[in-house]
Amino acid sequence: MSVSVEVRNLSISFGAGASAVKVLPGVSFSVERGECFGLVGESGSGKSTVLRCVSLLTDFWKGEVLIDGRSVRDMPLIERCRTLQMVFQDPYGSLHPRQSVRTVLNEPLVIHKLGDREERIRRAITDVGLPVSFLDRFPHQLSGGQRQRVAIARALILEPSLLLLDEPTSALDVSVQAEILNLLQRLRNERGFTYIMVTHDLAVVDHMCDRFAVMLRGEVTEILPHEAIAVNGASHPYARELIGASLEYEGIR
Amino acid sequence: MEKTILDVQNLRIRYGGSTTEAVRGVSFTLGRERLGIVGESGSGKSTVGRALLRLLPGATITADMLRFDDVDLLSLSEKEMLKIRGRRMSMILQDPKFSLNPIRRVGDQVAETYLRHFQCSRREAHEKAVAMLEAVKIRDAERVFKQYPHEISGGMGQRVMIAMMLLADPDLVIADEPTSALDVTVRLQVLTILDGLVRDRGIGLIMISHDLNLVRNFCDRVLIMYAGKVVETLKAGDLDQARHPYTQGLLAAQPRIGGTRQPLAVLDRKPEWLEENA
Ligand SMILES: Nc1ncnc2c1ncn2[C@@H]1O[C@H](COP(=O)(O)OP(=O)(O)OP(=O)(O)O)[C@@H](O)[C@H]1O
Ligand SMILES: Nc1ncnc2c1ncn2[C@@H]1O[C@H](COP(=O)(O)OP(=O)(O)OP(=O)(O)O)[C@@H](O)[C@H]1O
Ligand SMILES: [Mg+2]
Ligand SMILES: [Mg+2]
Repeated sequence: MSVSVEVRNLSISFGAGASAVKVLPGVSFSVERGECFGLVGESGSGKSTVLRCVSLLTDFWKGEVLIDGRSVRDMPLIERCRTLQMVFQDPYGSLHPRQSVRTVLNEPLVIHKLGDREERIRRAITDVGLPVSFLDRFPHQLSGGQRQRVAIARALILEPSLLLLDEPTSALDVSVQAEILNLLQRLRNERGFTYIMVTHDLAVVDHMCDRFAVMLRGEVTEILPHEAIAVNGASHPYARELIGASLEYEGIR
Repeated sequence: MEKTILDVQNLRIRYGGSTTEAVRGVSFTLGRERLGIVGESGSGKSTVGRALLRLLPGATITADMLRFDDVDLLSLSEKEMLKIRGRRMSMILQDPKFSLNPIRRVGDQVAETYLRHFQCSRREAHEKAVAMLEAVKIRDAERVFKQYPHEISGGMGQRVMIAMMLLADPDLVIADEPTSALDVTVRLQVLTILDGLVRDRGIGLIMISHDLNLVRNFCDRVLIMYAGKVVETLKAGDLDQARHPYTQGLLAAQPRIGGTRQPLAVLDRKPEWLEENA
């Protein structure tokens, strides 16, 4: 169960008339089956917007998004949800305040008519390192990192082939981050999951991704293999600057 | 570091309806310095921060001492607290978008912070707000001013929160993961601004963060929290010499550029850590 992704000339504007702003002028990249593809770049450059367009959460874009060669727009909703899931940057906003963790995890199983629900729910919550007793809590009773782990568990519970991850571990301490990254890597090895992962941490990119794109003001400046980070092998000036700053931040120079 | 801005002794916090304490006897002092708090997700870092501002409705807070400057925070009435909260003591919350009013323009909310604390015209407040959004490196600040919270990016939300804090000009800032959604270039610029406040204005700064590089390079001292307690306090520069197995485990779990891509080291959490105190 592995899918490829092809994004061709994806463009989108927000607002109408004179105040319209072109956020993505035309983004293209492709992700192979089972690949982990990183999206990094300037804050506000459009990384989350790209993920929202690919998942059709935002649908008024132009261009093409092909999943295994088929337009994402041609996939029926149910099939789309089984194929791709997204983990949002903002875990508070993405969980319903009056739904317990159990409801959050159970709902997709009901919608998709999957059996062994209790078993699946317990495995999902344990996989992200939370105790089963947390199933009866509500989002406001969780810490920031605990909410993020619930969001990850919700995305994993349908076992999608493509996961769109928006800063999945930036709210987690590095020991929990290590557990989540190991889990994502294991799922990729075992089931061939494909990932598109937004992060500001180039160490995470180097650890997880095969290739990554560097974005600036809505455009992909350069696509690089992960090995280019340690040696700062970028040629676009912004990509060079960003990698250089990250190496300095890590104390490597 | 001469003057003590904050003195916290044996702080304990229990959420309403909960049988156990989320914070179990935390003590520290803060001078005109940058104090980092790192620790396990769920260990009580944000809870400590919110307790200082008394932003925990329904929770029971006790302490042997909870003093800010010359004010006893525990005995303050809510009305007196209103004068301190935001103005003299400010917190940058972990979920920026959740802390903003979703149906009001971002810029109006920033300008309002200034209007609430200082006497000036609306126009002046607007100009101040735009200037501050620019100071935190938001591109196209006039456009962002007019946007609603759901229309701005994660990192823009964090910078809006920082701009609001800066406008209030407080003496103590508690920053809860203030830069986690910023690219490293912008992050360094924002950290330089915060640094300037400590150096030039002599404020006290508490930085709650999971970013070990950030606390190592940017803070003076670091508290490490585990399960509601402080298990270790270190000079930031000595982070790598940490003695507590939790802290050592954190350092080992960090992915590094040029690393092996083998599975990362994970912590073997020991039950006896729950009972330790530093
Ligand atoms: N619904 C919307 N209406 C108007 N503008 C929007 C909307 N959604 C996003 N934008 C704009 O699109 C740009 C890109 O936002 P996006 O959230 O994709 O950035 P990002 O790269 O994810 O940034 P960050 O790293 O800070 O999360 C921003 O300038 C933002 O203001
Ligand atoms: N309103 C609440 N009711 C009950 N328990 C709560 C409530 N809010 C937080 N908690 C619990 O208190 C503990 C401490 O939470 P806190 O938000 O302070 O953690 P944190 O150290 O900031 O973690 P993170 O790094 O994940 O943000 C957690 O176990 C959390 O589940
Ligand atoms: Mg984003
Ligand atoms: Mg927190």
